[in-house]
Amino acid sequence: MLKLDKISKVYSTGTFGGKLLPAVVDVSFDIGEGEVVSLIGESGSGKSTIGKMILRLITISSGKIIFNGIDISTFKKNTLKSYYKEVQGVFQDPFSSYNPIFKADKIFTIIRQEFFPKMKDKEWEEKVDSSLKAVGLNPDQVLNKFPHQLSGGQLQRFLIARALLLDIKFLVADEIISMLDASTRVDVLNLLAELKSRGLSILFITHDLSLGYYISEKAIILYRGSVVEMGNTEKVYSNSLHPYTKMLMASVPRLDKKWEEVEVELKAKQIENTIGCVYYDRCRVPDKDAGCAGSRPPLIKVEQDHFVACKHCMKE
Amino acid sequence: MSLQTKNLRVYYQTLRGDVKALDDVTFNIKDGEIMGLAGESGCGKTTLANSIIYLTPPMKYIDGSVELDGEELPIWDIDSMNTFRYKKVSIIPQYAMNAMNPTRKIGKMTEELLVSKKISYKKTKAELDRRLDLVELKNDILGMYPIELSGGMKQRMVLVLSTLLNPSLLIADEITSALDVSTQKAVAEMLVEFRNRKIVKSMIVITHDISILYQIADSILVMYAGKLAEKASTEVIIHSPMHPYTRLLISSLPKVGVKYSEKKLTGIKGNTPLLFNPPVGCRFKDRCPVAFDKCIKEPPFIEIEKGHFVACWRECERNA
Repeated sequence: MLKLDKISKVYSTGTFGGKLLPAVVDVSFDIGEGEVVSLIGESGSGKSTIGKMILRLITISSGKIIFNGIDISTFKKNTLKSYYKEVQGVFQDPFSSYNPIFKADKIFTIIRQEFFPKMKDKEWEEKVDSSLKAVGLNPDQVLNKFPHQLSGGQLQRFLIARALLLDIKFLVADEIISMLDASTRVDVLNLLAELKSRGLSILFITHDLSLGYYISEKAIILYRGSVVEMGNTEKVYSNSLHPYTKMLMASVPRLDKKWEEVEVELKAKQIENTIGCVYYDRCRVPDKDAGCAGSRPPLIKVEQDHFVACKHCMKE
Repeated sequence: MSLQTKNLRVYYQTLRGDVKALDDVTFNIKDGEIMGLAGESGCGKTTLANSIIYLTPPMKYIDGSVELDGEELPIWDIDSMNTFRYKKVSIIPQYAMNAMNPTRKIGKMTEELLVSKKISYKKTKAELDRRLDLVELKNDILGMYPIELSGGMKQRMVLVLSTLLNPSLLIADEITSALDVSTQKAVAEMLVEFRNRKIVKSMIVITHDISILYQIADSILVMYAGKLAEKASTEVIIHSPMHPYTRLLISSLPKVGVKYSEKKLTGIKGNTPLLFNPPVGCRFKDRCPVAFDKCIKEPPFIEIEKGHFVACWRECERNA
């Protein structure tokens, strides 16, 4: 359904834009219909950049994103509008997604003006009601309120309801859980899982490994803009091969296990290593060699539906 | 007993009346104990931390007492608390990342901080270097500006700063929540290391992430809507909690290995009550699955087993 073909994003930084910062490097994966894919990585790994490129909020430096067979960079005005009818995003901070001066339902009014200008009032109200109910909100309690009168979980579900008004096929969910309290987290998570069973595809961007495992069937681990490991969620989690994935799995605080004795290397200042393995300077594999530093390891298939970008992990 | 609070009440003054953010809080922390403080946003975690160290308006002291190492802290008096602050009680505030002065080099800022407490920077310098070493920071960091450091480095620098005078009690308010998992682990383990080396005697670690507390805390105190719900050792809170709120909270946390398709988790119905006019009796009763008629009265926070305190009528009756 959505296919990313070797996309890269290079930001220019520095006072006059002289320095180049590769945020995403040659990332390829695809998402099928009704599939939830978790994009997992630490801050600065480029996960949000990928989400924004899919939503066309920023341009792609190289590569293509293909949605239902069409390159999304070719979309202009009208075709772009129909793209947004099918692809929408929800972001991390529900509090800053609203204008505090207006009532929260203004986000629905804008959708109506833009996409359904001819719809009758009655019909529209019914549509809003049903999409609010779909996200588990009671329309009487939440409509006609200002953002500060609603809780974080309610606001976040409001944004999902807004996306649902458009009959979307694809949702980019960028860290939508992380600002919520533990007791409301699960509700939003379950809502996503329910929408998935209705055929919605979701790109679930997160840094929390347990959330990724809970709802997705495919996991992609990003490190400094490159995919280091990807595949079936269970395979990636139970049979992690890349040294970075292993370190990540060991550092996650868990309730069923105390921290394992894995040495955590504190992140030093990022060293520009544009040619070799992205993980080279933090890697603790004893037999890392000049080959690792000299050329970027490609993704190798280890088993059905499981790929790793490290040749040394294969030997074990 | 390192820290002992008795019937502490702190309200927020607003135009619409008092917000009862901390109501009748009684607990104690033993020497060498790392106590985790958990709860949802708005339950009073940060208010508790701030009232022990820096109680300013709109916070208002109502009554109760706080004792540290047998000495009463004059928390209601900002000026006389100065003798305790930083030397006896210290805090790593929330958003510690932005706690450093951006216009000063870190070494200079540290010096100014020490001078304001009438302590010689030169004499402390050797100790400062040793501490930086302990948190794996290089010495030349003192010649840098805060903007040159990464989030994890700033967090560790603030950890060194806050503990430089060997305070008896350290309060760490959400210090790991803005960090990546690998950095999170390193910083959390450094907290434990500081306790093990007796640099600080005891700690209160505030976080909404219970799984971190499971890794580092000796005991966990769960708060709900300005009240204490349960306190027990970490193992007990995680594996056999008694208060219905704790039980729901623990069971709603997704774990690695739990999939939606296999086991659907449930959240807690309803919302936390507003504290302008908190519900009478048990504040959790409207969301509680096992509430009964006795919950109209306020449950006491009592010790049911040794070291296990619960505020719930159900548990009181079962253990009566």
